[in-house]
Amino acid sequence: METLGRLAKSPAAIVGLLLLLVVVAMAFAAPFLYPKDPLSLAGRPLQWPFANPRFWLGTDTTGRDIAAQIFHGARVSLLIGVIATALSISIGIALGALAGYYGGLVDDVLMRITEAFQTLPNFLLLLVLVAVFGSDIKTVTIAIGLVSWPASARLTRAEFLSLRSREFVQASRTLGMRDVQIIFREILPNALPPVIVYASVIMATAILLESALAFLNLSDPNVPSWGNLIGTGRSVLRTQWYVSAIPGVVILLTVLAVSLVGQGLNDALNPRLKRR
Amino acid sequence: MRVLYLALRRLAASLPTLFVVLAGLFLLLQLAPGDTVDALVAQMGGGDAVMIEELRRFYGLDVSVPVQLGRYVWRLLQLDLGYSAIYGKPVSTVILERLPATLLLMGSALSFAFAGGMALGVVAARKVNRWPDTLISTLGLIFYATPSFWFGLMGIVIFAVNLGWLPAGGLEEIGAGHSGLRRLVDIGWHLLLPTLTLALIFLATYLRIMRASMLEVLNLDFVRTARAKGLSPGRVVRRHVMRNALLPMVTLVGLQAGTMLGGSIVVESVFALPGLGRLAYESVVQRDLNTLLGIVFVSALLVIAVNFIVDLLYARLDPRIVT
Repeated sequence: METLGRLAKSPAAIVGLLLLLVVVAMAFAAPFLYPKDPLSLAGRPLQWPFANPRFWLGTDTTGRDIAAQIFHGARVSLLIGVIATALSISIGIALGALAGYYGGLVDDVLMRITEAFQTLPNFLLLLVLVAVFGSDIKTVTIAIGLVSWPASARLTRAEFLSLRSREFVQASRTLGMRDVQIIFREILPNALPPVIVYASVIMATAILLESALAFLNLSDPNVPSWGNLIGTGRSVLRTQWYVSAIPGVVILLTVLAVSLVGQGLNDALNPRLKRR
Repeated sequence: MRVLYLALRRLAASLPTLFVVLAGLFLLLQLAPGDTVDALVAQMGGGDAVMIEELRRFYGLDVSVPVQLGRYVWRLLQLDLGYSAIYGKPVSTVILERLPATLLLMGSALSFAFAGGMALGVVAARKVNRWPDTLISTLGLIFYATPSFWFGLMGIVIFAVNLGWLPAGGLEEIGAGHSGLRRLVDIGWHLLLPTLTLALIFLATYLRIMRASMLEVLNLDFVRTARAKGLSPGRVVRRHVMRNALLPMVTLVGLQAGTMLGGSIVVESVFALPGLGRLAYESVVQRDLNTLLGIVFVSALLVIAVNFIVDLLYARLDPRIVT
């Protein structure tokens, strides 16, 4: 509660929260405002925004309603962001906790694997995964989660390393608690805050990764995606630049919202840092 | 000498990592539906079973998976990356042709992001919580949230299409026949927009880290001492604070070398630059297994090399590490 109170005092966090709420509202409103398939033909192609009251953001190269794609795209981006983040944080916490708690050989092996993932450019790895398993929307989401866990594993490991020899952990051990209980009930709640804050970074990156993939035409073509729309607009960039410009602004604002909320959360959880 | 020894030890420690990378990727690609021969046959518009069998044997695809992996690693040890069926030449040749453009792009983007991030971070930290700090921090957040490919496209619209100041893509004017200095200027001119595009997100990260670490160092005792002995504020910042505040920045360069390589995949395809990133994209589309694995191998080597240099640099900046 105290954290929420501090969060509410930061103007940047409030702006971020409001922006995020708008995007969430867009995602929920999409099926009601634009019940038709956003990828179906809606009108004459390449109408400028505000030129036709029916399409206030205009139409793209194949006559699809841009506004409808933006609203439905919000659903896709948020869904991919949330699921991929949850997946990558879960992997990161599990591996980081094991490595940090047990140390020794387990730590060595897990850290070698983490380093292998960190050595590879994550977008390149994403390309490889998509090339192998196809570009179905579920596959893309899982692939994004799979390439973005190393940092959270390292973060969790570092927290566990510093917590595992504290008195309360020793006390739990003396009480005869099992390892699983100590890891999940005693250490994890204390190790969680920095990982949660980092989740906002992962989510921002996940949204950017998906849009880049869609821009390259390697994401699911049957799903309305902001990145896809930017890619579509590329062929008419010289004249109808708005087709690419509009979804880009929306991506920017969404990622900005997520980062602002994450930063606000960070300041609220570490009030000492903020005052400096 | 001790520095070199330490850095070499770190380098040796990255060998198992490299092997994990290769084994993992090789097994992953085994799961892919269809292989190089399937792609080739599809490109030729079909072929009979005997010929397909012949091709499989030619590309070494007729043996078991562990044997293929063993052969692959053995060949890599001899720096033989195999043969690209799609390009019709050795993978190492294809990659070497594309490497300079990517290195040039990454080098210039890194220098720009580092210098810009450092300068902006210092300014923001010296004016902390006043308007220059707010402006710079806000800009940093916006840069961080901007999808690079979109920024590139908008740059093309504004500077190439509307203003006509910069070229819209490519590495140099083809057929202009420039040579020497003239050619260098031409390439620099073409790389201006791609560099900015790739550097933007890193600039944002660097300035944030630089600002935070400046603020941290500014509070330390030795800075108070430096001030107390009457040094001018500018001198305190340059000689005492910045040198210490730079350490986390240098670490970040090593950590983000991979990310930058990933970013250049997108940037190269926006600006039609003949680099490694675009080659990666093309080989995914064309299902060119050998080339893709080769690129992954070379990128891993590149990242390890950057980290080696960062280790050396780090010891130079902070002599405490060696002793």
